[in-house]
Amino acid sequence: MLGRTLREVSVALKQGQITPTELCQECLSLIKKTKFLNAYITVSEEVALKQAEESEERYKKGYVPPYNATVVQKLLDQGALLMGKTNLDEFAMGALGSDTGGSTRNPAALCGVVGLKPTYGLVSRHGLIPLVNSMDVPGILTRCVDDAATVLGVLAGHDCKDSTTVQDPVKSFILPSLTDVSKLCIGIPKEYLVPELSSEVQSLWSKAAKLFESEGAKVIEVSLPHTSYSIVCYHVLCTSEVASNMARFDGLEYGHRCDINVSTEAMYAATRREGFNDVVRGRILSGNFFLLKENYENYFIKAQKVRRLIANDFVNVFNSGVDVLLTPTTLSEAVPYVEFIKEDNRTRSAQGDIFTQAVNMAGLPAVSVPMALSNQGLPIGLQFIGRAFCDQQLLTVAKWFEKQVQFPIIQLQEIMGDCSSVFENDLASVSLKQ
Amino acid sequence: MAAPVLRWSCPARRWILANIDRGPRHGRGSPTGSRSSGKRGQSSVAQQPLATAQKPRKGEHQWAAVVGLEIHAQISSNSKLFSGSQVHFAAPPNSLVSFFDASLPGTLPVLNRRCVEAAVMTGLALNCHINKKSLFDRKHYFYADLPAGYQITQQRLPIAVKGSLAYSVFVGKNRNQVINKTVRIKQIQLEQDSGKSLHDDLRSQTLIDLNRAEGQLRVDANISVHHPGEPLGVRTEVKNLNSARFLAKAIDYEIQRQIEELENGGEILNETRSFDCKLGCTVPMRDKEGKQDYRFIPEPNLPPLLLYDSASLPAGADPQQVINIDQLREQLPELPRVTREKLVQQYGMLPEHSFTLLNEVGLLEFFQNVMKETRAEPKRVTSWVLNTFLGFLKQQNLAVSESPVTPSALAELLNLLDQKTISSAAAKKVFEELWRSGGKTPAQIVSEKRLELMQDQEALEELCQATMEKHPQVVMDLKKGNPRAINKLIGLVRKATLNRADPTVIKEMLERQLSS
Repeated sequence: MLGRTLREVSVALKQGQITPTELCQECLSLIKKTKFLNAYITVSEEVALKQAEESEERYKKGYVPPYNATVVQKLLDQGALLMGKTNLDEFAMGALGSDTGGSTRNPAALCGVVGLKPTYGLVSRHGLIPLVNSMDVPGILTRCVDDAATVLGVLAGHDCKDSTTVQDPVKSFILPSLTDVSKLCIGIPKEYLVPELSSEVQSLWSKAAKLFESEGAKVIEVSLPHTSYSIVCYHVLCTSEVASNMARFDGLEYGHRCDINVSTEAMYAATRREGFNDVVRGRILSGNFFLLKENYENYFIKAQKVRRLIANDFVNVFNSGVDVLLTPTTLSEAVPYVEFIKEDNRTRSAQGDIFTQAVNMAGLPAVSVPMALSNQGLPIGLQFIGRAFCDQQLLTVAKWFEKQVQFPIIQLQEIMGDCSSVFENDLASVSLKQ
Repeated sequence: MAAPVLRWSCPARRWILANIDRGPRHGRGSPTGSRSSGKRGQSSVAQQPLATAQKPRKGEHQWAAVVGLEIHAQISSNSKLFSGSQVHFAAPPNSLVSFFDASLPGTLPVLNRRCVEAAVMTGLALNCHINKKSLFDRKHYFYADLPAGYQITQQRLPIAVKGSLAYSVFVGKNRNQVINKTVRIKQIQLEQDSGKSLHDDLRSQTLIDLNRAEGQLRVDANISVHHPGEPLGVRTEVKNLNSARFLAKAIDYEIQRQIEELENGGEILNETRSFDCKLGCTVPMRDKEGKQDYRFIPEPNLPPLLLYDSASLPAGADPQQVINIDQLREQLPELPRVTREKLVQQYGMLPEHSFTLLNEVGLLEFFQNVMKETRAEPKRVTSWVLNTFLGFLKQQNLAVSESPVTPSALAELLNLLDQKTISSAAAKKVFEELWRSGGKTPAQIVSEKRLELMQDQEALEELCQATMEKHPQVVMDLKKGNPRAINKLIGLVRKATLNRADPTVIKEMLERQLSS
């Protein structure tokens, strides 16, 4: 059951082939067996089971829900169960994240799942802890493109609690199964061919382009000339908004508060020092620097202007007849932890987000679709970028691609079933060594 | 084309020069800000009549003050500006706080339509230009009553700009000389209010109520002084004044303080001060701001606010989603200036009286209701309402709505007076009684206290005659030309009538009888 699509499971539930509680138990059991992967930070077992019970009731009568983030609420309204907060999710039925510069798409690519960042303004941010209000979007992680479309269909639409959501009614997201791609025009941005791109990813990118071409699509090279400025631009805007959004964490209304009583200022300073880690503190200090009166024009305003240029790059490309852009999502497969910690966070995210963050600055929809395993057996995904509010078209193309490449989706249950004890011991010992 | 332009501008210049030669003028307002200026302080620099040909030079002994007011006015609405929580005066602390008001992460501001309408209407009433596009910004600073660490305001592009307000000042011994002035309104902006801080010095703690600060009006005054002709001086800000009286006192004090400081060779610091109403002086506030950098950024969760007028309204627009400035303009109530002009026109009222009528809440309505039910002259009604009625209210510190005397009662009283059923003096007594014991009608009081004027003319004639016969000495004095004698006679007759005769009538009768 855990290997099926959302629709299949939904049908099974409706037909009584499996009850919500049974399904919930299966999930909980798998979570327990794969505990060594540390995928879940929190497992809300009791809550999940309770919700499963309520779900069983609901199959019979109507339901009025309490307060939650709008997107969570919408899912709950549709009968979803909240399994808990995930660390990394590679086998869920569907999970929510947030995507500000690629933080849904990047993990998706590295873990071999589908990661969708909808158009900015399509999905409510009410209840989403903000990082960069003008770029944040709830991100959707699923096993297949169809599931992502299903979830998007539930989540999209105007929310009166979020003034940045569009008013226009949202069409449904049932994806056609595309067979003929001859009318499609795929754009390949040349500036995305960077030296740091691993040869494996590069070759998969080429292969994908050729795949479209061979099936009749038009594949052309395009230019996004301001790409090279996007990292710095993003850095200025991101840290500025972060500095602003973090100002509310003063320990007074909620959260950690330290014991200093000398004065309010002293309490704030100590609380924030203790409560924020190095990375966050660094961003806050940078952001405040850029927002100082004497710097505002040269940094913040300038970055806004550059952002406009970057967004216009995409507009121009789409206006020239391109339907969808095809790019890598990440520079390479997942980097081992030991390698990862060698670079500081700023460099790391600068490198890691290079393909994904321009999309956030332009507010466009983008989806990462797993393509193949690397030589090391780790997943690699590619990214499709669509026109604003053409999320359905984007996902249609992604679905076609997904069908073509037949990525070997991990079937954890089977693996666990076959060699559970061996696996547990081996993987556990590996993680201990690291 | 150059020559004609030059020629046009010359006469104007000459005019200005002529004025300077003739004497000091009222200081002009400064180029920016809503300012009103005037010469203050020592009588030696009191305004000189324009006719004098005195030449003031560089104004070493003259000071001009420049005052700018920042007025915080709470909008009358059912819910707050950005959150759905309700607004109730004097609610228990923290009982009207939504997740957004407490700045819980993930909450977003949603603009309240009624507040935008109120801002537009205020802008229209103050002759402002309404910006069809205005923007929201975040103003950052840390303070316990600001849970988000920033305030949402309109710094870059507010909703209304460049307005004006014409007003009148009454001067002179009887405060009946009118000077008409205009003050400029720089801008009107929508912004969030902070919470309320309550300092508990005993326990060294501060308590925060996030219902939002109460008090419908708060004013910060910016004050500087300079010599006319020289650049503006350094300004200080006096914060949190919440009555017109304290505002005036604070400004007067601060102007004086600055002049004295500068004349003693000191300098004015660009600082924030508060007004100590007990001591009647301004004092520096704890320097929590200094040179604050508010690190403004655009509020990313609120798109630009777009307003329309009938010309620009998109076809088929949902009226729930748009605000039409022209529609709001039509809904504006009659502005006070217009009302006052009408009163002067309709009733021949003195301008200063029209001000008084409008400056007291409910008084105009009271006046109009009395007018509806009485045949008495408007001037008499005005006098009774503004002097007697208002006097009683002020004495007991009551609002018009708390008055024990209804408009109908006063109207009835004035009718009795008008019909000469009672005398003026009697009317005052009736009014007193009306005030003290609500419920009785004027007619009842008149009859209870036997205050009706004598209607029987013959009987009065007889009384006059009789009184004169009883007091021949007074009559003698009168015939000798003693002016006070007549009053004494009148007094005697009145007493005899138990005060039920009009002194004017008595006087007439006596004089007639004496002359015959």
